[in-house]
Amino acid sequence: MKKTAGISGIYQDPDLVLKAAAEIRRAGYQQFDFHTPYPLHGLDHAMGIKRTVLPWISLVAGVVGAAAALHLQWWTGAVDYPLIIGGKPFFAFEPSIPIAFELTVLFSAIATVVGMFALNGLPKWFSKWQNDPHFLRTADDAFVVTVDAGDPLFHAEKTRGLLESLGAEHVRTVEYDEE
Amino acid sequence: MKTVTDKHRQDSWNVEGGGTLAADRQELREPLVEGRPSLGDVTETVSRVVEGKPTKLWYATVTVTGAVAAWGIFTLLYTAFTGIGVWGNNQPVGWAWDITNFVFWIGIGHAGTLISAILFLFRQKWRTAINRSAEAMTIFAVICALIFPIIHTGRPWVAIYWLLPLPNQMEMWVNFRSPLLWDVFAVSTYFAVSAMFWFVGLVPDFATLRNRAKNKISKWAFTFLSMGWTGANRHWHRYEKAYLILAGISTPLVLSVHTIVSFDFAVSVLPGWHTTIFPPYFVAGAIFSGFGMVLTLMILARKLLNLEQFITVKHIENMSKVLMATGLMVGYAYGIEFFIAWYSGNPYERFVFINRAFGPYSWAYWTMVTCNVFIPQLFWFRGIRRNLLITWIISIFVNIGMWFERFVIIVTSLHRDFLPSSWGMFTPTWVDVSIFAGTVGLFLTLFLVFAKFIPVLAISEVKGILPWAQPKHGHH
Repeated sequence: MKKTAGISGIYQDPDLVLKAAAEIRRAGYQQFDFHTPYPLHGLDHAMGIKRTVLPWISLVAGVVGAAAALHLQWWTGAVDYPLIIGGKPFFAFEPSIPIAFELTVLFSAIATVVGMFALNGLPKWFSKWQNDPHFLRTADDAFVVTVDAGDPLFHAEKTRGLLESLGAEHVRTVEYDEE
Repeated sequence: MKTVTDKHRQDSWNVEGGGTLAADRQELREPLVEGRPSLGDVTETVSRVVEGKPTKLWYATVTVTGAVAAWGIFTLLYTAFTGIGVWGNNQPVGWAWDITNFVFWIGIGHAGTLISAILFLFRQKWRTAINRSAEAMTIFAVICALIFPIIHTGRPWVAIYWLLPLPNQMEMWVNFRSPLLWDVFAVSTYFAVSAMFWFVGLVPDFATLRNRAKNKISKWAFTFLSMGWTGANRHWHRYEKAYLILAGISTPLVLSVHTIVSFDFAVSVLPGWHTTIFPPYFVAGAIFSGFGMVLTLMILARKLLNLEQFITVKHIENMSKVLMATGLMVGYAYGIEFFIAWYSGNPYERFVFINRAFGPYSWAYWTMVTCNVFIPQLFWFRGIRRNLLITWIISIFVNIGMWFERFVIIVTSLHRDFLPSSWGMFTPTWVDVSIFAGTVGLFLTLFLVFAKFIPVLAISEVKGILPWAQPKHGHH
C-alpha cells in the first residue's frame, strides 16, 4: 500500500536553506528536516533544534568507567587476592590513575558513539524518502527539505505552497510502500 | 545545467571585487582546495577511486607487500612453535627488536589521532584532506604494534591471562601495579577509540557511496556500513556533537598512550630509562615519527590517486612544519638527557650516556641524531618544505631515525649494566629481521587495501570547507 511520506523540495544555495529553515519553523512546523551533504553552520539555530543530551551520556559513562577501573584494581589487588609485589601497597591511588584514565576514555567514547547512533534512531536501513530521486543527491551536492506528512500542520497544498514560496525547486509529494 | 549552486560558487570564488572581509581573507590565503571544484566534483574525484577497477600497479604492489606480510606471518608462527630463543635477545639484552618495533609502530599511530582530534579542536581546516588516511594509518600501525607484545610473551595462546584481568588457574589476577599492564589498557583503548572515531567519520561517506552504487554487492555493503545515514540535519546536530566529544577525549588519550609506553621504561630503575623527561619526550617523538610516515605515504598517494587538488603543496608544507617543530623537541630531549646524566653526579647514569654516544653502538646513536635532528633542519627553508621530492626523502630519514631512537634507548641501556662481567652485545637474527619486515609489509598491504576500497578523503568534511559551502551570515 502506498503511503504519503510528505513533501520534499531541493535547494542549492546554503543561504536560502537558512532562510527557509527559519520560515518553516516560524510557520509552526515541527516534523521537518533538511538533508545536507555536510553540516551547515547555523542551520541548527535556524531550525530551532534543541541541544542534544549526548554530552551528559558521555560524562556519565566516563564517570562509570573511572569508578569501574578503580574498583577493579582495588578489589583484585587488595580484597580478592592480596599479594606482596616489590613491597608496594595492595592498593594506592597513584599507580591506579593510568588505568582509571584509560577506562574513563574508553567507556565515554563507546557511550558517545552508541549514544549518537541511538538518539538518531540509527542504524535504520530504510527511509520513507528513499524513493525520491532528489533524495539521493543529499549525499552528493544538494540540500533537500522534507516536511513529514505526520506533522499536525501538514496540508498537501499549503505546505507545497510554503516550500515553493521559500525558493525550493522541484517541490513534490513523496510516497513510499508500506509492508 | 547551470544551477544556482554553480552561480553562487562562481560568485564566491571571484571575490576580487566587493567581497566580504572573510571572503577577502580567504582569497589572500593560499586555498586549501585547488581548481575550484563543485560539491559534485568532490564526490566524483573521491568516489572514482573506490568505484573504479584497481590498476595493474596496485595489483603489483599489493602482491609484493602481501608476500612480505606472508613471510612475516610465517616467521611469527615459527617463533611461536619454536620459542623466542630464535630471536637475538638474551641476557643482558632481554628486550631488543620486539619492543623496539612495538614502540616504533605505536609512535607511527600518533599522527592520525593528532590530526583527527587535536587539529580539529584547534580548528585547523587543512586537516580535512589528510585526516582519513592518517587515521587509517593509526589503526594499521597499532595492529602491527600489538603483534610484538603478544608474541614476545612466548606463548601467545595463554597471554590472555597475563594481559587481561582474568584470573589464571591459581585464581591470581594480573599485576595492576606494573606499567606493562597499564600499557595493555592504554594501547587497547587507543585502538578501540581510534577505530570508532574513524568509523564515525566514514558513515556519511559510506552514504554517498551507497547512493552512487551500481552493482548489488557494493550497494548492499555500503547500505550496511552507512547505518542508514540520510544526512538529516537533526542527525548532523548530534553527529557533530559526538565528533567534538570524541576529539575532546582523544586529545588527552593520544598524549596518555605514549606517556604510558614511556612508563614501561621510566618506572624501572635502570640508568638510561629512569628519567622524568621520558613522557613528553616520547609523545613528541611519536608525533614526529607519525608525521614522518604520513608524509611518506601521502606524497605518494596524492600522486597515484590524483588527489593533488585536495592534498596541496600547502598541506605538505604544514606537515613539514609540524615535523620540524617536533624534531626540535626531540633534539632538545636528547640534549637534556645528557645534561641530567652529568648533573645527577651518578656514575652509572653518566656511563650509560657516554656509552650510548661513544660505545660500540655509537653508529646507531649518531644515525638517530643525524636523521632526527640534523636532517630536518633543512625544513627551515621554504623552498625545501615545498619541494615534494626532498620532503619525501627527509620523511624516509625520519622513519629510519625514529626506529633507531627506540633501538638506542632499549639496547644501549641494557647491554652494559652495573657489572662489567655481565656485559654483552645484541645481534638480530634472521627471524628478528623477518618479523619486522613482515609488519612493514602488513602495514603497507592494509594501507593499499584501504586506499582502494574506502574513500581516502573525508568527502563530507572537504565539502564543508569549500569557500562557498557555508551560509554567509549563518553563524553567530
